[in-house]
Amino acid sequence: MNIREAGHQLADIISKYDAEYIDGHLEESQSTSITYRGRDLEAIDKTAATGGNVRALVKGGWGFVSFNSLEELRTKAQQAFDQASLVSGGDAKVGPVVAIQATSVRDIKDNPLNIPLAHKKQLLDEYNEIIWSTPKLQTAVIGYGDSHKKYLYVNSAGSFIEQERADVMLRVTAIAAGGSEVQQVGLSLGSPGDFNEIKGLHDKIKEMSLRAVDMLSAPSARGKEYTVVLDPILAGVFIHEAFGHLSEADHVYENPQLREIMTLGKKFGGPELNVVDGAAVRGLRGSYQYDDEGVPAEKTYLIREGILTGRLHSRETAAKMNEKLSGNARAINYRFPPIVRMTNTYIEPRSISFSDMIADIKEGIYVKNWYGGTTSMEMFTFSAGEAYMIRNGRIAEALRPVVLTGNLFTTLQNIDAIGNDLEMNQGGGCGKAGQSPLPVSNGSPHIRIQHCLIGGK
Amino acid sequence: MEEILDLALKVSEAAEVFWASSEETPVSFQANKLKGIQSKQSSSVYLRVIKNGQLGYAAASGYFDNQKLVDIAIETAQFGMPGKFDFPAPGYFPQTKIFDSDVEKIPVSEMIDLGQRLIDPIIRSTQGILCDAGVSKETISIRLVNSSGSQAEYRKTTFGLGVGGTLIRGTDMLFVGEGQESCHPIRDAKAVTEVVLHQLELAKNMAAAPNRQLPVIFTPDGVVSAFIPSFMAAFNGKVVLQGASPIGNKLGETVFDTRFSLYDDPTVDFAPHSRPCDDEGIASQRTALVENGKVQNFLYDLQTAGQAKAKSTGSGTRGRGGLVSPSASAFIIKTGESTFTEMVQDIKEGLVVEQLMGAEQGNVLGGDFSGNVLLGYKIENGEIVGRVKNTMVSGNVYQLLKDISVSREAKWVGGGVFTPHIFCPALAVTSK
Repeated sequence: MNIREAGHQLADIISKYDAEYIDGHLEESQSTSITYRGRDLEAIDKTAATGGNVRALVKGGWGFVSFNSLEELRTKAQQAFDQASLVSGGDAKVGPVVAIQATSVRDIKDNPLNIPLAHKKQLLDEYNEIIWSTPKLQTAVIGYGDSHKKYLYVNSAGSFIEQERADVMLRVTAIAAGGSEVQQVGLSLGSPGDFNEIKGLHDKIKEMSLRAVDMLSAPSARGKEYTVVLDPILAGVFIHEAFGHLSEADHVYENPQLREIMTLGKKFGGPELNVVDGAAVRGLRGSYQYDDEGVPAEKTYLIREGILTGRLHSRETAAKMNEKLSGNARAINYRFPPIVRMTNTYIEPRSISFSDMIADIKEGIYVKNWYGGTTSMEMFTFSAGEAYMIRNGRIAEALRPVVLTGNLFTTLQNIDAIGNDLEMNQGGGCGKAGQSPLPVSNGSPHIRIQHCLIGGK
Repeated sequence: MEEILDLALKVSEAAEVFWASSEETPVSFQANKLKGIQSKQSSSVYLRVIKNGQLGYAAASGYFDNQKLVDIAIETAQFGMPGKFDFPAPGYFPQTKIFDSDVEKIPVSEMIDLGQRLIDPIIRSTQGILCDAGVSKETISIRLVNSSGSQAEYRKTTFGLGVGGTLIRGTDMLFVGEGQESCHPIRDAKAVTEVVLHQLELAKNMAAAPNRQLPVIFTPDGVVSAFIPSFMAAFNGKVVLQGASPIGNKLGETVFDTRFSLYDDPTVDFAPHSRPCDDEGIASQRTALVENGKVQNFLYDLQTAGQAKAKSTGSGTRGRGGLVSPSASAFIIKTGESTFTEMVQDIKEGLVVEQLMGAEQGNVLGGDFSGNVLLGYKIENGEIVGRVKNTMVSGNVYQLLKDISVSREAKWVGGGVFTPHIFCPALAVTSK
């Protein structure tokens, strides 16, 4: 049975229940992964998966069943319904559901699974060779992954949506060692399915390999507050981690204090600051037409001119907060129910050039690139893969990688310059509630933050 | 499975089929209320072949065609790494106990009740706190067959419960939490809630941390967030083989304080990360990684051991797509003499670190960590006086662990690490 047939069966089954809401997902996916570690190709692997889930909302409680086998869908739907019924006295709800029929929705640039393994390996061999021709480089890790997914959504209101999704991801890490010191530099890129977008990186990889070696002799930053300038990649990570997660309504909707903090209309930054999230922004890794609850994608202004103007919703959080749907419910695969996630998140560009931005900084730090970032709502930390001192308006000596930390609310207010050079970073994968890595993109122009705390000795 | 093995052997020299299935029932509470019940069934099959001396892989979940699976593995073997090992012949596995049929018998209603008992004492104690809680049971079944005639088969149960609380006052946020995991059912919610209640008690007052070097005690959770990511990498035979581990060439040398000993041990009865054999059918063993400060061994799977001319430590673990690589199963850090209370009493001014945020984002390979103290306390004149915030601690694992003391008490954190408290006499503290 293919997933379309199974989808029609499941649609019929769930339409018969007396529940507030039932939905189902079925998917068929294929993926490739290629890893180089050290000098050689370490592993090359192809995976195929079929599976699905049924989720039921009955009297305010959720039941969820996931499975690999597309047989006995009736039993599975019943199990989800029974579980939901066991959660008596819950107060979960969804708003009015508009039925949508859409087939052959293609949110991809290409199907990377159609490219022969030999071509993929050839490109990665070239990149690997560049790293290994760099003197003093200890080792390298290259991870390539691609996937293609046929994805089907049905719900009890009569929606039937068939989508195709694809993803390409490349991560290259160069590791330099000397004495007992180890330093690494990484590069991450991705695309919604177009293999061509990870081609032609030869110069970039050469440059990052040399940088890893240089970092062995770089000094560490002294831990204190600095004026910090973030490059588009790191600023994108910052807005994703520090602010984006807090805009996810599932963090907010059942938390009266946080609701208070995140009241729409509150001032979060200066009048120059606009922050956007939207799957409706086309052609990026976080782009799609319908989310995993069958809701059409939007482009949402989270902050407009410094004022909090929107947030990201699932059907449940929108209904609970009595706000507009935003199309941000996503699940990493059929084993998980959809939860509120970001898509393509960015700070809109303004007019200042990078050189003007650093011109009047006497002593500051310029941070680029990223290792990662996490947040605990109020506090965030994020780590820069590259750091340089700024002295008297110029980029000066390189530093070891630094970790930046701060309080979201003061830090957003402390952004005092936003550049004119927006770039989107397609190399990120976002993790939340055990669902990782979800394809997202984030971006920003260069930004300047006053009084930013840098860890160190 | 045997059919896949037979098909594979028609077109390759050697093969292995690994089959894993699981059934998991998580019950979740959100914002002090029961939120949902889930049931997750899954099964996957992983094929590994050696063809013309090269390794090939294929994996499938759900519906698949046996011949197609074999074809994919053969296709990838064209590009695969040379196989540096033979699949193991039948052997002896330790009789580690990891299955308790009581886990399967626990009804969902009892799990719901347990979750409620995790939350109730906490919301009674602290006005305005919001708790998320989870109670989960899982049964997994593993089967492995290979062309050397080896067969392995086991079933494992795990039961876990955990609760986390968030308290927001103004824009100040406090996070507390605790969890437990076992192959037995856990019916005592109190052991978990008491930890959380104690955290709330200690965090009642705020205290300021200065900007300088301070003595710091890492609690077991603190040890896991600050040190363990670096150890996971440094003792991984693959990282060692690449020359990227700072201790890779220090075998037999004393690199750490003599009070520091570290083991990898998947043979502890009813510990959730225990198993009779690894995912390649190699018997589980307790491996000394550091004894009295001296580096003793690294963790290997078959392929990495073959490359390094070492022996597999039974650390072969299937990751994404079923690829095998060496991985720690459960880290055990040896306990010491002093109690946590004595450690605190000896400090005039210092910190206790329970949770670090972002510590794993730095140069983990080099051992550098730098994290924001998500939950931590200030010590003044031998007493905990309150909670610190807007504070970072930074250091290097290899520098710090040259001079430590280790507590007598220890606990399991998240099922994968058993560790005491670790005291470091001087650590860089940056505060705002």
